[in-house]
Amino acid sequence: MKILVCISKTPDTTAKIAFTDNNTKFQETGVQFILNPYDEWYALVRAIELKEADPSTVLHLINVGGADNDPIIRKALALGGDEAIRVNSDSRDDFYIASQIVEVAKQNNYDLILTGKETIDYNGSSIGGMIAELLDLPFISLATKFSLQGNTATVEREIEGGEEVDEASLPLVVSCQKGMAEQRIPNMRGIMGARTKPLKVLEPVQADTFTEISSFELPPAKAGVKLVPADQPEELVRLLHEEAKVI
Amino acid sequence: MSVLVFIDQADGNIKKSSFEAASYGAKVAENLNVSAEGIVLGAVKDDLAALGKYGLKKIYTVKNESLNNFDDQVFTQVIAEAAKKSDSKVIVFSNNFNGKAIAPRLSVKLKAGLVSGATALPQTSNGFVVKKSVFSGKAFANVSIKTEIKIISLNANAYKIVEREGTAEVEDLNVEIPAAKVKIKEVNKVSGEIPLAEAELVVSGGRGLKGPENWNIVTDLAKALGAATSCSRPVSDSDWRPHHEHVGQTGLTIAPNLYFAIGISGAIQHLAGVNRSKTIVVINKDPEAPFFKAADYGIVGDAFEVVPKITEAVKKLKGIS
Repeated sequence: MKILVCISKTPDTTAKIAFTDNNTKFQETGVQFILNPYDEWYALVRAIELKEADPSTVLHLINVGGADNDPIIRKALALGGDEAIRVNSDSRDDFYIASQIVEVAKQNNYDLILTGKETIDYNGSSIGGMIAELLDLPFISLATKFSLQGNTATVEREIEGGEEVDEASLPLVVSCQKGMAEQRIPNMRGIMGARTKPLKVLEPVQADTFTEISSFELPPAKAGVKLVPADQPEELVRLLHEEAKVI
Repeated sequence: MSVLVFIDQADGNIKKSSFEAASYGAKVAENLNVSAEGIVLGAVKDDLAALGKYGLKKIYTVKNESLNNFDDQVFTQVIAEAAKKSDSKVIVFSNNFNGKAIAPRLSVKLKAGLVSGATALPQTSNGFVVKKSVFSGKAFANVSIKTEIKIISLNANAYKIVEREGTAEVEDLNVEIPAAKVKIKEVNKVSGEIPLAEAELVVSGGRGLKGPENWNIVTDLAKALGAATSCSRPVSDSDWRPHHEHVGQTGLTIAPNLYFAIGISGAIQHLAGVNRSKTIVVINKDPEAPFFKAADYGIVGDAFEVVPKITEAVKKLKGIS
């Protein structure tokens, strides 16, 4: 079996969000970058578990980004995976990125392609679905559990107010979220081994871009909290009813 | 030409988020001076003509039984047919579980740029620019869509439902339905619970509640308010509450009208998931809790004493004895 896991670089979850160049660029100075948590904790770790269950599994990682993404790709390789591919492009357009991944996927005939449910920076939630459509494959989004019996995958997917259990044959694209696996810490052997694993750099193929970010904004600051004394809970309820008008 | 709105349903009931999407789509259509239309797949109990009251002039429906089960590949194909028939220039989805599965597929199929997580109407004075939530609620991006057809998926509670007089014309669409490659084996829903993603009022508990056995103070308040319940990451990680209740940067991002945070300190990752809520109330015994800086109202006090009293006051207000 061959698995491809799509990984992305994002600012750390505690990063301060600010913009430069007249609010057109994300302020990267002083920001620590990490593997997108959904890609790492759920998609990658679940793929590693599948490889542990069947060691003949080939596990590839793919990232679309510049050379500054290499450290997080090495970190992913330290967790697991046989080799990584980086398509050398700084594009932020989902269709362009999906097209680059699909180009690699077509050459390698993966049985399973896993993505995180979204990146925590641009929150597009669209790469998995786009890959599936470009490859004409079934797509199961927002999966919380994944198991495999031969060629048949059983996947749990979140829906409003509950969960749905789906069944589909490979090849398949799945976007992963909480529940799929537990976060792991790379061990020393993994970190040492990651240095010698192949990290192939490919130049992008020609592809369209559909969208472009024209500017960023920060949300308006809150006016400040109105504190109600602890012995006057009726006053809080009155304010919510008469002032905020939310109940 | 039209703006086409995907009307999402579950078990034959149209979802609340679809009324928001319809109201939004109707306004986009008005601004572009084109017709606002909707597409409903599968059997729906509601009267489809009544969707006119959200501003939709025409509803396409495909009543094939196989469409009662959601499949993103099949739905994409059928919606693409409807979009051609209605000559859609803009297609609107709710940015919910099903929307996140279909919209990216449709974007590829129609070569139409997608903005997911939209929070405002598109600006059309210079191009077509849609504001969306980025950095998990910590900022917004204005995204320009460059393709001829545009797809917008709208965040929950980002656009107010607008009702008016009106009846929509309903047209049965005759399209070929491909066989689904994904089989739905089971659907497990917690009955009687308000779905968190769509909820207007949310009561949330954190580590300050000390253990799952104390959750009745959260659920009692939620019940009195008619609110959904949620929790912080440590609470769901410790299995005090189910995973789907986890709100925050790595859980669900929500934007209800009222978010009630009980015993949650307000780490930046938690705030990212809830800071688009219209009104935030924080109950915490620590006056230094960072959440107070992001709150509209707060009580510094012991949740175990304060919250049951709030619940009583809410019941009194609503006339529940």
